[in-house]
Amino acid sequence: MRLVSREALLSFRRAPLLSALSVTTIAFSLFVVGLFGLVALNLRAALRGVEERVEVVAFLLRGTPPETIATASEDISAFPEVQTVDYVSAEQALARARTTMVEFRDVYRDLQVNPLPASLEISLKEGFRDAEHARAVADRVKAYQFVEDVRYGRDWIERLDKLRNIAGLVVMTIGLAFAVVAVVIIGTTIRMTVLQRAREIAIMRLVGASDWFVRGPFLLEGALKGFLGGALAVLLSYLGYLLFRGNQIGTTTGLVFFQPVHIALIILFGTLLGLSASLVSVGRHLRNV
Amino acid sequence: MIQFSHVFKSFPKGGFALKDASLHVAKGEFVFLTGHSGAGKSTMLKLMFAEQRPSSGDVRVSGFDIGDLSPSEIPKLRRRLGIVFQDFRLLEDRTAEENVAFALEVTGSRREIIPGRVQRVLTQVGLAGKASAYPRELSGGEQQRVAIARALVNDPAILLADEPTGNLDERATRGVFQLLRDINAGGTCVVMATHDLDLVRQTSYRTVELREGSIVFDSGLDESNGADLQ
Repeated sequence: MRLVSREALLSFRRAPLLSALSVTTIAFSLFVVGLFGLVALNLRAALRGVEERVEVVAFLLRGTPPETIATASEDISAFPEVQTVDYVSAEQALARARTTMVEFRDVYRDLQVNPLPASLEISLKEGFRDAEHARAVADRVKAYQFVEDVRYGRDWIERLDKLRNIAGLVVMTIGLAFAVVAVVIIGTTIRMTVLQRAREIAIMRLVGASDWFVRGPFLLEGALKGFLGGALAVLLSYLGYLLFRGNQIGTTTGLVFFQPVHIALIILFGTLLGLSASLVSVGRHLRNV
Repeated sequence: MIQFSHVFKSFPKGGFALKDASLHVAKGEFVFLTGHSGAGKSTMLKLMFAEQRPSSGDVRVSGFDIGDLSPSEIPKLRRRLGIVFQDFRLLEDRTAEENVAFALEVTGSRREIIPGRVQRVLTQVGLAGKASAYPRELSGGEQQRVAIARALVNDPAILLADEPTGNLDERATRGVFQLLRDINAGGTCVVMATHDLDLVRQTSYRTVELREGSIVFDSGLDESNGADLQ
């Protein structure tokens, strides 16, 4: 093991340019994958913000006894999709309208009778904030006799669904394509290293080194390059993130960066990429000599 | 030690590199393989260290059946052999002693025994004073001595040498050849491919001549045909 690690480190020293090229190639390939990951992450965060506003509002008939409303609220709270049920009385609705709809302030101030109905605002749990579940909850709530009408912003929830699906698909496809490109590029750079050291491999085999002994330093070298490439990719992504956040372009003020677990995953992914690319390249070379 | 029985080796595109070759080399023998380029000398050596496999026939070296050898057994065979080439095959970025030590390291020798053994074989080949020199700082003869030291360091029973003096001037050739003779005198079986007939005629070692893939003369079998040697 000691010799394997010494040989792996030696190869960095012997071919610093090629090693740096490999690490940079891995870094940039993973950086592109990482950027798409970051876009996906931010898109998901942005959509989650919008999703949180997905709610079902049940408008109640005037004169519904408070006990009936309380019982119904409890019933609805027990629905598997439902996170919270908030009762908004007619008075609260009017007060809210006065503060939020400033342009109608005069109209609401001069009212003799409150035209707004009381309502139940039903928010949905994460994972249920889509058109299908909103409709299912709305249908069930509509069945209560004292519910006059139910709204759940059907159109925009459906549009949100579509946007979510398209965004997910695009990010996944492009990310996957770049991951494949990264594998090919990494494989090629490792192959260059293998070819550069073909003479050494031939000598190792002549003096009776086992195949795994020949592979060992290359595998460690590949894993090390993948690790460094992954770490560099995270650094580049962070610089990109800082750049965008610093410029505050458009709606980028709320940008998020990878969680530590994501960072660990990217570096692990880089390490595994380097390792498997080495395994394939050295394996192919050994079969051919 | 080495046994070839009716060995054929065909080229991938047709024709034979070796045709019906049979040969037995005993323990401690010194054997020359001679013949023109392309006669099959290198093919015989490559079969001996399992770089190639016979197309048909039987090749046995140090107890290993080359035709049936699994990939994992090849390193085991090669650890019992020392192999020397015309082009030395040294690692340019390592010193003489590092090149020799490399053969011990990659075969998993204990670290503490390496310096002593490297020193011993470098002394044996007359290069104890140039242990720290890089191949580019050594003459051709010296580089070949380092290669021989590397081949010897694992105490092989058989030393295979493919044109070991092919790149050397006359003086270096004499030195390297004498070294191989000394090694043989120590009990190591030496098989040396060469087309340097002056070298062959200097000694009475067994000579096997190849022509177009066939063994046409073997002094070990038929001394009377010695005049046939080209």
